[in-house]
Amino acid sequence: MEETIIKVGTNYMDFVSKFHQTIRNQNIMLVYEGEITQTITKAFSSMTEQNFDDQVDSSTTQKRVYHVMVECLQNVAKHADEETTGEPEIPGRGIFMISDTENQYTVTTGNIVSNDKIDTIKGMLDKFNSLNPDEIKDEYKRMIKESRLSEKAGAGLGFIDIVKKTGNKIEYHFDKINEKTSFFIQKSVINRG
Amino acid sequence: MEIVNIEATDETPKVILNHETHVFEFSGKSLPEDVTQFYNPLMDWLKEYQENPGDKTKAIFKMDYFNTASSKLILDILMLLEEIHEETDGVEIEWHFREDDEDMEEAGEEYSDIVDIPFKSISY
Repeated sequence: MEETIIKVGTNYMDFVSKFHQTIRNQNIMLVYEGEITQTITKAFSSMTEQNFDDQVDSSTTQKRVYHVMVECLQNVAKHADEETTGEPEIPGRGIFMISDTENQYTVTTGNIVSNDKIDTIKGMLDKFNSLNPDEIKDEYKRMIKESRLSEKAGAGLGFIDIVKKTGNKIEYHFDKINEKTSFFIQKSVINRG
Repeated sequence: MEIVNIEATDETPKVILNHETHVFEFSGKSLPEDVTQFYNPLMDWLKEYQENPGDKTKAIFKMDYFNTASSKLILDILMLLEEIHEETDGVEIEWHFREDDEDMEEAGEEYSDIVDIPFKSISY
């Protein structure tokens, strides 16, 4: 595995300056890369909760953002895999970002997953993205009744719940890293108002 | 049997399970890392209560927030209460939600569609 090491000096300062600019241009409120633990999940969620402008965002919007953040972070914490082996990594590691524009909040996570999981993830997301709001509600009720908690104590309801609560499709992308793993990016949008 | 009285934390709700008054209460937030660790003992208590339940039982939910894993466990509790409802003179659910919290209101409606127990929706 090759690593890019940025040497302290002009290049590094240049990198920081560009990094700062990029973050500002994308309206990123928070970006993090590393282990995603329960402590991190709670800290980020309550940090964002405190930064809402009550004048602009209804409490429903605020709670939806909070909700989507918790689900996304707990997804990474529970389902991220290790880059070379594709075996579960606990606690999960990944990137987390939240950004805002005038009309919406965007919550993005990226983490490594075993290539074996890609079809299942794609299958779930494509299915939920294709359903209308009424169909989503029916599917959710069916799933919550039938779901069994996994060993990691997940109910498998995170994706459908995000689609149901936000009313928006989840955008996703897989970048192949090697024969065993890929980088999975998931983007959820919450309308403001 | 002992009365359960658990104080709320920033990731788990306040829980009161009282077999003397036959009133149960769940309030606050629920997003523990391991939901089973928190909810299994509560389910065990409720199963014991089911063996010798009151004529009438009331369960009050006043949740501020719960994650999807918790939503499954809340359904498990409601399904057990549904059994108790069938075996006794009745269980009543009070589902409280903040007036401006439409998603919590909807969550109550969804549960009431799934389980067959009298469900009272109350905004505050």
